[in-house]
Amino acid sequence: MLSKKQALLFFLGGTIMFSIIFIALSIDTVAKGIPQHTHEENMTKAVVAGRVLWDENNCMGCHTLMGEGAYYAPELTKVYDRQGPDVIKAILTSKVPWAPHGRKMVAYGFSDQEAENLIAFFKWIGEIDLNGYPAPPPLKNKLK
Amino acid sequence: MKYKTQKVAYWAFALSMLLIILQLTYGFIQAFAHLGYDGLHEWIPFNTSMAVHKNLLVVWILSGFMGAAYYIIPDESDHELIFPKLAYLQLAALAVVGVIAVVGFHFNWWEGRKFLEIPRELDFLVVVDVLLFLFIILGTLWKAKKRTTTAMILSVGLLAAALLYLPGMIWFDNHALDSFFRWWVVHLWVEGVWELIMGGILAYLLIKLTGVDREVIEKWLYVIVGLTFLSGILGTGHHYYYTGAPSYWLIIGGIFSALEPLAFMGMALFALNMYKKGEKRHPNKTAINWTLGTAIVSFAGAGLLGLAHTLPQVNLYTHGTFVTAMHGHLAFWGAYGMLVFAIITYVMPNLTGRKLYNNSLSSYAFWLSLIGMLGMVAAFAAMGVTQVALERRLGMAFMDVQAELKPHFWVLVITASIFTIGILLYVWNFIKFGLPKDEAIGMEDKFQAI
Repeated sequence: MLSKKQALLFFLGGTIMFSIIFIALSIDTVAKGIPQHTHEENMTKAVVAGRVLWDENNCMGCHTLMGEGAYYAPELTKVYDRQGPDVIKAILTSKVPWAPHGRKMVAYGFSDQEAENLIAFFKWIGEIDLNGYPAPPPLKNKLK
Repeated sequence: MKYKTQKVAYWAFALSMLLIILQLTYGFIQAFAHLGYDGLHEWIPFNTSMAVHKNLLVVWILSGFMGAAYYIIPDESDHELIFPKLAYLQLAALAVVGVIAVVGFHFNWWEGRKFLEIPRELDFLVVVDVLLFLFIILGTLWKAKKRTTTAMILSVGLLAAALLYLPGMIWFDNHALDSFFRWWVVHLWVEGVWELIMGGILAYLLIKLTGVDREVIEKWLYVIVGLTFLSGILGTGHHYYYTGAPSYWLIIGGIFSALEPLAFMGMALFALNMYKKGEKRHPNKTAINWTLGTAIVSFAGAGLLGLAHTLPQVNLYTHGTFVTAMHGHLAFWGAYGMLVFAIITYVMPNLTGRKLYNNSLSSYAFWLSLIGMLGMVAAFAAMGVTQVALERRLGMAFMDVQAELKPHFWVLVITASIFTIGILLYVWNFIKFGLPKDEAIGMEDKFQAI
């Protein structure tokens, strides 16, 4: 039967071993994987400025980006392809709440420059290699 | 209780009670906004109610953990807390920082990072506050001669939770990197070191409530927390499938997060077996309900409902849908919410000397909150499945699908009301206990009687 000491060794051994593997993989991901997948060389000043706006206004409190965030408003990973820069700009600079189907977005009334930065950010996000996400809807063609 | 300073725990628990009521209020604001009743939009837009709902959850659970530690550590180590006045100050500071953060959320003062919305400036105050807390807890253990496994596991969990807050405070220009390290905090908390805290509190409760030999309980505690880290550390990979990280995380995250339910299953079997094994039947039946409840519901919510969407092939379609909300609600409530309620239920008679445990109020509180939460999870499941089928599989537009979800939101509102009634009854019973009293010292033995 397992003794308390063996149980402690199992706990410590497993934790140390898997922590080391996790940290090693994380180093690879941070140093190589993410910069490659995200095309970090395309991360211009405008992209970073857009990311700051994304963060400061808690956009993921309603939207998802790369599938992360809240489920109140549309997923924005591919919004650049879906809506195009002009529509996005109109929404971001609007002084009245954008309210498709009656669901209101905060009227941020961003300046042209701010909107351009966010659009650059969305364009950059849309080009990230997300291992196949978002997947094209597999049953779409089955509908008549 | 055994020691005067354990009374600090009461105030931590009182803070938890206050914050959970606020959290539920904001939850209702969110549900009604989903239904189209967004009259508060100008003052409380959805992202504000979301940030408040999530952060209050984190703060009331942490406050519950702190209360648990302030009660358990003196009891386990046979030593008064060092600097009890500092402990009161620490809790008051936590409450103040929490209030400032919540108010700030209404004025666009935050960071757009799910679960970690507290702005960087306040993060530093949180760190100071937690250091103060750890100083009191670890200092007490240091000065005491007795250091039990249960107390050590609980303390190591608290220390690790504090350390893991730090990666979330680093700024990255790259959004994907920010997301990567955000999960170092959130995942390694809830599916890692918080489970150490859970294991420690659960072991303490089982020792007290079942009378099973400490050595047996603590041995299995090691095995369970061992399983937690064996699966949970690399299980972090399930957050890295589709967020700009390399594809090896699909395999690693898939395999190890599929093992994560084992730790929770271990926790459930552990609690049930110890309960069956126990010859002593503690009179505080409601505390036993909550203790077994947290072990079982965490297995269902964190373990099984997590497994339901953790494989990459499934997650490709469920990622970023209400399926996550389904899992999140039962996991948080089962593993951490019910755990905090379990320790409060056990501790309150000991702090106040009043035997308000097997009354109908506390019994209704347990069952209504449990039934209400199961109903809420069913509503989220229906939403999640509908959303995945219509939006992700058939390709319908987001807002068209949202319209289809409305009936399930009505079910959510009704079941959340049942849950809320349960919580309010619990809080009412908490208030009825009154304040902790010095006369309650030593009365614990009276409650241990069969």
